[in-house]
Amino acid sequence: MTTISMTVNGKTISENVEGNTLLSSFLREDLRMTGTHIGCDTSQCGACVVHVNGEAVKSCTMFVIEADGAEIGTIEGQANNDGSLNVVQQAFQDHHGLQCGFCTPGMVMSATALLKDNPKPSEQEIREYLEGNICRCTGYHNIVKSIMAASGQDVSKIAAE
Amino acid sequence: MYSFDIERPTSVADAVAALGSEDAQALGGGQTLIPTLKQRLASPSALVSLTGISDMQGTTSEGGALRIGGATTHAAVMAGASSYPALAALAANIGDPAVRNRGTIGGSLANNDPSACYPAAALASGATIITNAREIAADDYFQGMFDTALEEGEIITGVTLPVPEVANYQKFVQPASRFALVGVFVAKYADGVRVAVTGASNEGVHRWAEAEAALSSNFSADAIADLTVSADNLIGDLHGSPEYRAHLVKVMTGRAVKAAF
Amino acid sequence: MPKDGGIGAATTRREDVRFLTGKGQYSDDIRTFGECAAVFARSNVANGTIKSINTEAAAAMPGVLAIFTGEDFVEVGGNPAGWAIVSRDGEPMKEPKRPVLAHGKVRHVGDAYAAVIAETVQQGKDAVEAIEIDIEEHDAVINMADALSGTNYVHDEIGTNQCFDWGWIEDNRAATDEAIKGAHHVTTLELVNNRLVPNAMEPRCSIGHYNTGTGDYTLHTTSQNPHLTRLLISAFVMGIPENKLTVIAPDVGGGFGSKIYHYGEEALVLAAAKKLGRTVKWTSDRSEAFLTDAHGRDHVTKIELAMDKEGNFLAFRTETMANVGAYLSNFSTATPTFLHGTLMAGNYTVPLVYVNVKTVFTNTAPVDAYRGAGRPEATYSLERVIDMAAREIGMDPTELRRKNFIKPDQYPYASAAGLEYDSGNYDALMDQMEKVSDKAGFAARRAESESKGLLRGFGVNAYIEACGIAPSNLVGILGSRVGLYDAATVRVNATGNLSVMVGAHSHGQGHETVFPQVVAEMLGIDAQSIDIVHGDTSKIPFGMGTYGSRSLAVCGSAVVRATEKIILKATKIAAHMLETEENNVEFNDGTFSVAGTNKSVSFGEVALKAYIPHEFPIEAIEPGLEETAFYDPANFTYPSGAYCCEVEIDPETGKVSVDRMTAVDDFGNVINPLVVTGQVHGGLGQGIGQALVENTTYDDDGQLLSASYMDYTMPRADDLPFYTVDHSMGNACTHNPLGVKGCGEAGAIGSPPTVVNAVIDALQSGGKNITHIDMPMTPHRVWSAMQNAK
Repeated sequence: MTTISMTVNGKTISENVEGNTLLSSFLREDLRMTGTHIGCDTSQCGACVVHVNGEAVKSCTMFVIEADGAEIGTIEGQANNDGSLNVVQQAFQDHHGLQCGFCTPGMVMSATALLKDNPKPSEQEIREYLEGNICRCTGYHNIVKSIMAASGQDVSKIAAE
Repeated sequence: MYSFDIERPTSVADAVAALGSEDAQALGGGQTLIPTLKQRLASPSALVSLTGISDMQGTTSEGGALRIGGATTHAAVMAGASSYPALAALAANIGDPAVRNRGTIGGSLANNDPSACYPAAALASGATIITNAREIAADDYFQGMFDTALEEGEIITGVTLPVPEVANYQKFVQPASRFALVGVFVAKYADGVRVAVTGASNEGVHRWAEAEAALSSNFSADAIADLTVSADNLIGDLHGSPEYRAHLVKVMTGRAVKAAF
Repeated sequence: MPKDGGIGAATTRREDVRFLTGKGQYSDDIRTFGECAAVFARSNVANGTIKSINTEAAAAMPGVLAIFTGEDFVEVGGNPAGWAIVSRDGEPMKEPKRPVLAHGKVRHVGDAYAAVIAETVQQGKDAVEAIEIDIEEHDAVINMADALSGTNYVHDEIGTNQCFDWGWIEDNRAATDEAIKGAHHVTTLELVNNRLVPNAMEPRCSIGHYNTGTGDYTLHTTSQNPHLTRLLISAFVMGIPENKLTVIAPDVGGGFGSKIYHYGEEALVLAAAKKLGRTVKWTSDRSEAFLTDAHGRDHVTKIELAMDKEGNFLAFRTETMANVGAYLSNFSTATPTFLHGTLMAGNYTVPLVYVNVKTVFTNTAPVDAYRGAGRPEATYSLERVIDMAAREIGMDPTELRRKNFIKPDQYPYASAAGLEYDSGNYDALMDQMEKVSDKAGFAARRAESESKGLLRGFGVNAYIEACGIAPSNLVGILGSRVGLYDAATVRVNATGNLSVMVGAHSHGQGHETVFPQVVAEMLGIDAQSIDIVHGDTSKIPFGMGTYGSRSLAVCGSAVVRATEKIILKATKIAAHMLETEENNVEFNDGTFSVAGTNKSVSFGEVALKAYIPHEFPIEAIEPGLEETAFYDPANFTYPSGAYCCEVEIDPETGKVSVDRMTAVDDFGNVINPLVVTGQVHGGLGQGIGQALVENTTYDDDGQLLSASYMDYTMPRADDLPFYTVDHSMGNACTHNPLGVKGCGEAGAIGSPPTVVNAVIDALQSGGKNITHIDMPMTPHRVWSAMQNAK
């Protein structure tokens, strides 16, 4: 067992962990923050994306020991301080950017990381950025639209309804 | 996963020492190794994480070359390789953003996946692979699929890539994995053109000598128009036959020449 | 209209808040004090006889609590097929037992032959590696044609690999043959409907709990239909009385068919929970999912279209081999038959249809309904052969379709494949599609693509499907062993808010938002005061679940019926309160009033009175305000649509990109256009995926080659375009109270042939005489076809 410390959504955490504990398992099992999801075992689906020191990382493909000392952000920490949905979350709700909700935490975390680096991404930039986030429900249309809307772009011209 | 410990050395010397213990294995960004461990296809006694070694981080320009620390992530290469824009562009197209924030150039070169991107860049650039023990020319380093000149416990601390006059990497993706179904890196230097192909061969990354000769005398897509690529010993799988890959090698080479800057 | 949106309002989804904040509760998110883990030992060979299993060493390993093998389940039942199909010769279908754990033989890679229950998953995995199994390996049965002709059987006891040989409509066989023989023109096409892995993003998970004090079992599981799962476990597999088994499907991360079915893992965790007196949990990883979730499609078909010299359709005839895999999954016999053959007249006035389907056992994972379930296979065959026929006779593909469409004045229309279509207007859909897709601009777009060295093609498709899977009387005649109604209870609480218990299960469809819109509209109250309860057999009356685009058409209708009963009773109470006769009471916008007076009471006041029945006519009206309805419709619903797509092809690499995709659908009335549009988007994504990238490949030894996301291509955001979706041309369903048709599967049904037709159009525009490419049209396949074409 190794003792590690980190902040998770701004809160300081200190725990003993086994060497082979993945960051995703640590969040889900040890901290009981189950918003981070596991959808594959080959590091592709992106349901587990969290922020490590502000950067998008697949938490199922990083050992928690390597996050020792880091600042971790998860879906549970994204809402505004008053509990209301933040801009990205609200855009996903407004534009029906989710259906079953399973890939959604990873999508929101990826989208947030994208918008930090690229505040007004084009449709194509969003689609390329989401290469590592798989959604089976939405056909991506409303996810891309939500992210464009979250960035303040006019999405009213994007097809239908 | 089986159980193991993780060591986090902060110097190359400590990492080398840690890797001296039986069944210890180096851990770069883990983007290939961790999925392998999940499948229980490897059972190291300990993993030695290299990402905490500051000497192995970052990009620096040295004369006409770019030196990249072995533990530098793809994202950091994207941002730091402005002196070698074709390489920055290659890094920007490896995996996905989250993978690029963890995966490292040293890890990719050490693994030498036959469909990985960096081996093509290193080979086409005539790079030098720098380890804790020695320097290895790229032409000597890549020895076939998943096979390199690295010895047990040897660590890639950095790689030096001579910056070409112009270069370009064209990747035709395997649609599922998004690795290269065929990737071709073309680099034009004062003393000639080097062409390296990834994704195509059962022998792993390799140079295409005929194209290099033709492009060295005439750096245009027309120069390779009459060349043919043999399908012998190329990979055939769900995603493409050897013949298709042979065709793509030529197409991607032509596109890389046209796009080179 | 209720203030926050009733019928027709594009209300945003209330369930989103928990999903967007990480507060969804999926099965794997549930952790119970004292739980332990189930880990399965799975066959790595496709076909083999189990000579021995030695679990001694494994049982002695740290943390191991119990080990189960097939031997432990010999006395219990098997997991049955839900539909009994009769072969053309009158023989019933072959139904080999599907055990909880393999016994005697393993029949596909991934077939579970043992399960370890351990304190932790890691310990379970360690112990699984220590189980010694001696398997005598046999040649694998993979190719369907070989399976039918050979003597190597997946199930030795039935002496054949054919499950059934089904003819539809058998009485039309001779006439169809005759029509084809004498036709002016016959177009013949052989095609493959590629095998797909559903890939709901949430892997399956089952948690078994047993209360030793009461003998009650609880199963939390990733299910689209908890009542059906309970019924199967109770009546067929384990014999647990239904009143002693609660099945709960909490938030479920997508299903697409794969979570309709009962799987052995569910029975195993219940058996283990009872044996150990502890909660037992199993969560699939993605690798297990690829090997064990029911796959979809996998048809090999020859279709013929006979026409007269004007292009009038005379007959369709098909011969299909449909893979059912190693065991019969619950809907596997219905999917290639009654969900497929009955649609083989399409949108057309063709007088004769004959469909022959042979279902085949192979040493592969079970195959069952996947989004669309049989209808995509029918539409694909029809719409490909029609497109090919148009090119053969030199007629515009749209014109050939229009020429043969059923016309609006012909409804109800008895199709040649045995269904009665209630409503539609296919020409109007086609007109709208041509308008919203800017078909007129195609030529200019093609010229622009060509200037960039790319080929551009336009593909069109018309589909009809049968969904809202029901009615019981009809499906019973067709072989269903269950009824296909649905149920709802509307409970008005004393303080005027409502809990509505529905048999449909929401795993992405948005029921929690949409069903309240219906009730709110009917009662004239705020939708936010209505909550939907679903997914728990202990809380809801009954239900057949969500699949076959049936939730709103069937369960929504049950909600309407139950709400009507509420209004009826509330009116009685209101009449009492208003001191008048019931027939003098009007109910509008949440208020009961007496015509021609200013006397009124609100819905909330009536609700309160129902629960505080002071001065209440107890002899005439019971206290309380809660009603249940079961709804069994008169017919399927028949959504239809006109789709088009434009693709670009890079002729050097064969890579196809979908540039534009338009779907114009007739869903009848639409309750929430936001949600309906989302459903279409998802179907389009999956349909384009099937057409271009997705494929499931077994090698000759039965090893699954496309066994992870490294080799099975899931469509990504950059593989797909923005879609144009239009459902403004609805013709209300004539037989359900909401006038709704199903929308969940349409996109996946309509899009694959649209994409293929566009690719063929593009290739032919480039001068290549290519008439067909099987899906998925990967770059390699397209390039190869171009190399081989003249």
